[in-house]
Amino acid sequence: MTVISDMFIVFLLLAGAFFSLIAAFGVIRFPDVYTRNHAASKSATLGVMCILLATFLYFLVEDGFFNSRLLLGIAFFFITAPVAGHLISRAAYNSGVKMWDKSVRDDLKDKK
Amino acid sequence: MAFQILLNVFLAFLWMFLQVSFSAQTFIIGYLLGLLVMFCMRRFFTHRFYIHRVWAITYLFFLFLIELIKANIDVLKLVLSPKLTMRPGIFAMETELKSDWEVTLLSNLITLTPGTLVIDVSDDNKTLYIHAIDISEVSEAIDSIKNSFEKAIMEVSRG
Repeated sequence: MTVISDMFIVFLLLAGAFFSLIAAFGVIRFPDVYTRNHAASKSATLGVMCILLATFLYFLVEDGFFNSRLLLGIAFFFITAPVAGHLISRAAYNSGVKMWDKSVRDDLKDKK
Repeated sequence: MAFQILLNVFLAFLWMFLQVSFSAQTFIIGYLLGLLVMFCMRRFFTHRFYIHRVWAITYLFFLFLIELIKANIDVLKLVLSPKLTMRPGIFAMETELKSDWEVTLLSNLITLTPGTLVIDVSDDNKTLYIHAIDISEVSEAIDSIKNSFEKAIMEVSRG
């Protein structure tokens, strides 16, 4: 039983670290603000959530300690991360940051 | 919904007083018995029986978790592909949702799922402007959002 839970915890930790790494790669590689925001707001969210969940499970299995603050942390991250991504890209658009040259369409231009 | 939950808690307290035992176990048993009684009496309520809504919220949550994982795999493929072949762009999507919290929930869900990010919401809450990381078929993307998230949110908010 502990072997199975240990493997699950290790898997979650590695997956979380991997997603965070991918998010960092994405921020470096992608061409403009909006596409970078995709990488940062999605992969980083899932990465941090995986790591927090692994920590929670580790202390639950190893010490029998139910740390509810980690669960609250996951919930808060879940709620706030997409709002931050939305606000950053909205502020960028409203202050006139250009999209990448190969962008295909822009419906927001005809607004108003 | 709030009234029905309150009534259920009241029935659980009634059970605790009848049993003269004030523990969490008695409360839970009383709550379940109250749920049964309310299920039998459900045609006297003006709204739906509230378990339907609890179920709809659970469904929305799991739908969202699955979509979040899919979104991350999509972004992962784009980041690791040797050439940048994506075609980003902004498209407009009409939504049928009315109240503020529904639109907020929908845009949060869209932001965290496959290659889409809400940039702006029009002033009358009718149109969402969404930045997609790879627009191959706009209508297809709109359809998939409408069929999954919008429907699930409507199921939650239905009276």
